[in-house]
Amino acid sequence: MTELTELTIHEAYALLKKGELSSVDLTQAYLDRIDVLDGRLHAYLAVTSDETLEQARRADERRAKGEDDPLLGIPVAYKDVLCTQGVETTCGSKILAGYKPPYTATAIDKMEARGAVMLGKTNMDEFAMGSSTENSGYGVTRNPWDTERVPGGSSGGSAAAVAAQMATAALGSDTGGSIRQPASLCGVVGLKPSYGRVSRYGLVAYASSLDQIGPFSRSVADAAVLLGAIAGHDPQDSTSVDMPVPDYIAALTSDLKGVKVGVPKEYFIEGIDPAVERIVRAAIDQLKELGATVQEVSLPHTDMALPVYYLIAPAEASANLARFDGIRYGPREQGDTLWDTYCQTREAGFGPEVKRRIMLGTYALSAGYYDAYYLKAQKVRTLIKQDFDAAFEDVDVIACPASPTTAFRIGEKVDDPLQMYLSDVFTLALNLAGNCGISVPCGFDDDNLPVGLQLVGPAFGEERILRAAHAYEQATEWHKRVPVLSG
Amino acid sequence: MTLSLEQVTHIAELARLALTDEEKERFRDQLSAILDYAARLQEIDTSAIPPMANVLPVDTVMRDDVARLGLPPEQILANSPDQEDNMFRVPVILE
Repeated sequence: MTELTELTIHEAYALLKKGELSSVDLTQAYLDRIDVLDGRLHAYLAVTSDETLEQARRADERRAKGEDDPLLGIPVAYKDVLCTQGVETTCGSKILAGYKPPYTATAIDKMEARGAVMLGKTNMDEFAMGSSTENSGYGVTRNPWDTERVPGGSSGGSAAAVAAQMATAALGSDTGGSIRQPASLCGVVGLKPSYGRVSRYGLVAYASSLDQIGPFSRSVADAAVLLGAIAGHDPQDSTSVDMPVPDYIAALTSDLKGVKVGVPKEYFIEGIDPAVERIVRAAIDQLKELGATVQEVSLPHTDMALPVYYLIAPAEASANLARFDGIRYGPREQGDTLWDTYCQTREAGFGPEVKRRIMLGTYALSAGYYDAYYLKAQKVRTLIKQDFDAAFEDVDVIACPASPTTAFRIGEKVDDPLQMYLSDVFTLALNLAGNCGISVPCGFDDDNLPVGLQLVGPAFGEERILRAAHAYEQATEWHKRVPVLSG
Repeated sequence: MTLSLEQVTHIAELARLALTDEEKERFRDQLSAILDYAARLQEIDTSAIPPMANVLPVDTVMRDDVARLGLPPEQILANSPDQEDNMFRVPVILE
């Protein structure tokens, strides 16, 4: 029999429904595995063991009373940027050490209403700023495929937990690629919903015009279920859009007849790992075999996405992170004056990358530089969105790599911020344009490191990308490979 | 170098960060490199392009003015590093 921790949501659901498995047993299997493996991988910042098992017991009771839901009793993990009432939420930052939120994020409330069981909170780059999880204030997470390598970031803990079977699924957040890039580097499915699809209430803000919460899973069908659970309007987030949530499972098909796939020529550029290019191009050929038509498209301002992102996101971050001052919560470094208290608390509490982005954003918004940097970036952002709008007049879905490389070595890029920023060169533009995107496993390089195919849809086109990703996944075996791990 | 040490010091003050001298030098170099990279935006003519702050139309949302319970004070204060009489205690602002 398959190990319990290998089961997808759909596989576990089938057993739970038939009464052949209890949530308590399934949950305990995950807690045992976390106990064995997480000392080495460090995907979790906190495991909520007792409360976890209590939730599993309640889920079994609900099922015994006749409740039926694919998520009822499924053990999942949440990125530590999502507020959980009474459970420490640090965002990977020392400045929030010990912080226990007085309320829970809407996305998690919705998961809990469906009966999902929380295993714990996952590691991340501090305040979701980074592409390797090395910027966590609490130590790096290791990639389950090669523990000398990074899991990607910023949702590296969520990606590694799902890849290493330390959670059936997880939630993360994606501001410039923080779901899709770690999903690609860890060989799991990761979906960034369209801006406005999922409520951001209780998601600690990094860049509010770009942030979205989305799922990690070991199958596309699981991602469809999770998205259906967390999507929808929330009066607590005025940017969550009031439009119906479709039945994402109903959108899944095994063929792609009639689907038009665009391949952006600007995404196959110098600097891309040749193995990644070869593997992603082979995956695109597979889409053709499934009945899709494939054509080249152009997104002319692609090379501007990185500079636009690294002005807009830090500018928003510098404003959002102004609230962390040691007055109402978090550790305080008491200075002689209030001013000193602010400056010393922030100096001690924030790590290098967060300070770098606060500095960059403060500069881009400061008197005399606002027009040249921030306003200019907002204008080019308009052009980037127009590129996608034009492309989606011709095609249904855009296919490209999720990351220019496979997982890189721990420490390889920490001293060169610009090189690190280039890790997100294929994912940033979507956030700027508000589109949705998914990374689905599409092969392995010569070092047995996973590669992700990114499928991009227009805003609120999640059914299209889920359909394409599911058909591809069903026609291939990549998602069935698992990393070999021992305690 | 796009940024001077004086500018870095000024930005750090605006950002309320008590940076060390070593951090100031490192950020001068790193932020200058990032800003030099961002200079490529100036190649694009955006004179006729409107800026975009958000992909969605940002409207003010109105709701009925109905009284509802907020969080109790003890819950709000639970995370505070220093408190007294149901208030946050802060260092002296005015001598």
